[in-house]
Amino acid sequence: MSHSLDAYLVLSALLFSIGTFGFLARRNAIAMLMSIELMLNAVNLAAVAFGAFTPQLQAHAALIALLVMAVAAAEATVGLAIVIAIFRNRRTPLVDEYSSMRE
Amino acid sequence: MGLVLPLADLTLPQTVPYLGWAWDDLLFLVLAGILLAAALFVVIGRDIVRSGLAMILAFGALAGIYALTGTVLLAAAQVLIYIGAISVLILFAIMLTQSKAGPAKLVFHRQAWAGAVAAIGLAVLLITALLNTDWPLSVADRLWSATSRIALLLFQDSLYVFALQVVAVLLTAAVIGGVFLAKREESPDPGERETDILQPVSPPATANTAETP
Repeated sequence: MSHSLDAYLVLSALLFSIGTFGFLARRNAIAMLMSIELMLNAVNLAAVAFGAFTPQLQAHAALIALLVMAVAAAEATVGLAIVIAIFRNRRTPLVDEYSSMRE
Repeated sequence: MGLVLPLADLTLPQTVPYLGWAWDDLLFLVLAGILLAAALFVVIGRDIVRSGLAMILAFGALAGIYALTGTVLLAAAQVLIYIGAISVLILFAIMLTQSKAGPAKLVFHRQAWAGAVAAIGLAVLLITALLNTDWPLSVADRLWSATSRIALLLFQDSLYVFALQVVAVLLTAAVIGGVFLAKREESPDPGERETDILQPVSPPATANTAETP
């Protein structure tokens, strides 16, 4: 099972779907950011799985996954800073309370 | 690929006893189970602090799966970046945004069922698509990756040098932007500056009514 590409890809698809559900359904902005991290991890897992089964792509896949990790770190930094900045004004981390952005 | 131990007496049997699986298959199943269970707990857990801790567990299981695919550099990077940096960042943000009213009773939107339907549909779509695709693989089994090839690809072949520089600029911009966004603004009213984030003012009445289901 761990010798087949399909197992890794199915695991990656399931992880991505769990992250999608969390992003769509959670009210807390930080929980949404955590769901985005899960989705980025799923994409990384798919890239690494393809690289592990294809010799020409092996180093490329690891490198792309490393770059995605760096971008994820930057995304988490800016996203959490925005959440904290909004929390300072609105006193709540729940996104459906941020209705003043709607107008 | 069997485990090689230094002592001949300690060599494991080739397959798992009573089950007949290979050892790395068992390892893969255990790690995948931990990963999916922890990820599910992250998205459906009521207490967000526990969700953050479960996310660390999910990242650790994923680092194990990276090591299982032979990409040991990525497993180390996963532990350093995700478990070491991003998880701590998220846990601090959770603790900074805990309001005095406590965790909200209602963790999901009212339209959460639509999100569940969309996520299940996405999972079914992705899995059918990738199981019905004949991937043009050139090997039948995993390969162990050499870290030196990653370094050569990154710095010598000039293929990823531009991406490396862009990521460097992005990280710098993210650090500066994060500090700027989270910085406390100088308020003209001196009484306003006394309100610390650790002692939040009472939330508005609309927030209280909305938090109770």
